[in-house]
Amino acid sequence: MLRYALRRLLGAVPTLFLVIVLAFLLVHAAPGGPFDDQRVLPPEIEANIAAAYHLDEPLVMQFLRYIGGVLRGDFGPSFSYRDYTVSELIGRSFPISLQLGALATLLAAIVGVGTGVVAALRQNSALDKVVMGFAMTGISIPVFVIAPLLVLLFAVKLQWLPASWTGGQGASRLLLPVISLALPQIAYVARLTRASLIDVLSSDFIRTARAQGLGTVAIIRYHALKPAMLPVLSYLGPAVAAVLTGSVVVEEIFGIPGLGQLFVRGSLNRDYTLVLGVVVFYASLIVLFNLVVDLLYGVIDPRIRQR
Amino acid sequence: MSMFSRAFAHMRTSRTVMFSGGLLVAIAIIAIIGPWISPHSYLTTDFDNLVHAPTLRSMNVFGTDDLGRDLFVRTMLGVQVTLVVAIVASVVSLVIGVLYGATAGYIGGRVDAVMMRLVDTLYATPFIFFVILLLVVFERNFLLIFVAIGAINWLDMARIVRGQTLSLREREFVESAKLIGVSTPRIILRHIAPNLIGVVIVYVTLTIPQAILIESFLSFLGLGIQEPQTSLGKLVSTGVPKMGNALWMLLIPATLLATILLCFNFLGDGLRDLFDSRQSR
Repeated sequence: MLRYALRRLLGAVPTLFLVIVLAFLLVHAAPGGPFDDQRVLPPEIEANIAAAYHLDEPLVMQFLRYIGGVLRGDFGPSFSYRDYTVSELIGRSFPISLQLGALATLLAAIVGVGTGVVAALRQNSALDKVVMGFAMTGISIPVFVIAPLLVLLFAVKLQWLPASWTGGQGASRLLLPVISLALPQIAYVARLTRASLIDVLSSDFIRTARAQGLGTVAIIRYHALKPAMLPVLSYLGPAVAAVLTGSVVVEEIFGIPGLGQLFVRGSLNRDYTLVLGVVVFYASLIVLFNLVVDLLYGVIDPRIRQR
Repeated sequence: MSMFSRAFAHMRTSRTVMFSGGLLVAIAIIAIIGPWISPHSYLTTDFDNLVHAPTLRSMNVFGTDDLGRDLFVRTMLGVQVTLVVAIVASVVSLVIGVLYGATAGYIGGRVDAVMMRLVDTLYATPFIFFVILLLVVFERNFLLIFVAIGAINWLDMARIVRGQTLSLREREFVESAKLIGVSTPRIILRHIAPNLIGVVIVYVTLTIPQAILIESFLSFLGLGIQEPQTSLGKLVSTGVPKMGNALWMLLIPATLLATILLCFNFLGDGLRDLFDSRQSR
């Protein structure tokens, strides 16, 4: 198991490195510098600014400096929020996004697996058709359509919940964003669970268990659920990526001061260091999650460790 | 009984395919012809008719937006963009994905390992954020969005095609082609690729909605297509703040976008079912 874990870890490092190199090069390929204002500055001052931000060094040196900073959790200064470093900005907004994303993923896992199991047990029944129809709709409707419609129904018409982050407190302001973020994931997880459980239920060892007189609940609980969860588990990596992307939109719609909103503001303001920092941060998060999923996979299914 | 039920299931999947395919064709035709027939242009502003609800009297069947522009023409323009995205995405994933996957699968060995390792690495990177980074660094360029969408979309295809090629490689007709001295590129193009058509059609259909989602996502954030051009994502994003008093501005483009995505997903699913049942027989 340790060897397997080490090998996976070594596999993740080049990916992360590649991401940072690509992102760094992209930002430095940008035409013009961050201080090209309309104002014309004396060349001495420009040289001083360049030196202060190490822009006068060769690209390789700048890159090594950046990598060194990233390893220590320092993403450099922000260009549009002049008094803040990128790390401070990320540190301030990430907890909010984390709360949102974690709740949405949890909700998606519980509801998605639950409905998937029910649909698989009643395969081809009317209930199954309805659940899968909803799932298909959930996959097809983008988050930025679901979220405004939920706001319209629950905040504007029924007035049960606040329409924006600043309009409420605690759970009430979290509910709509979390649901809009979770809905497409619920749909994916339900479809995956159903397909995978149907597959497992038709295998020989389940037939044996049935022949021994085990009831459906016991079969699901003790025999079928664990192997059926493997494809769902491997979806967790893409799911986290999807929730991160989705939270960009959801935070924008509900006015939540999270990482996604920071990223969009940074993009529209052309704040290179901020956008670069957030991309590297997001990438590390996703690579880390894929690593965790790989390791969990190894724990659940010993055959994978052997390879 | 079993044969009857199978035939019934078969017919029903075909019906899903027929219905969603037909609806897509209908939407496409209206989107192409509609702007020609309508008396309005997507640019003309009418300040006597700001945020007007859908009406037949002035031929603003989808109403007007906050600048008095006709929303029917603009929405159809948005559908056109969506369809172009769909076409570009499928061509890119078709050409790059199939060639890459077939090459890796056919040659096999170390080449295969390296090529698929690259796909895995690209797969694990958060592409959408890269696309946004690209759009920030370079000007917001429509072409760039297509390039970006294409770059994401071929990965799935490459993986699936490789898997199929691995099993095709061992078949007799490939062996005999090799035996009579057909070159490797020719075998891949003439013998492997045509046999992949079934799988490829299914997966092209299933990657299209993802591409459409990416474009509308970027346009929604204001990073995609720029005014006065428009797309469904852009129309939804202008509709959101207006939904309190001008619900049609949100509902019409949102419904159309969702319908198009649903149709592509149902089409792909239906085709997969059809294809699977043919294969298992």
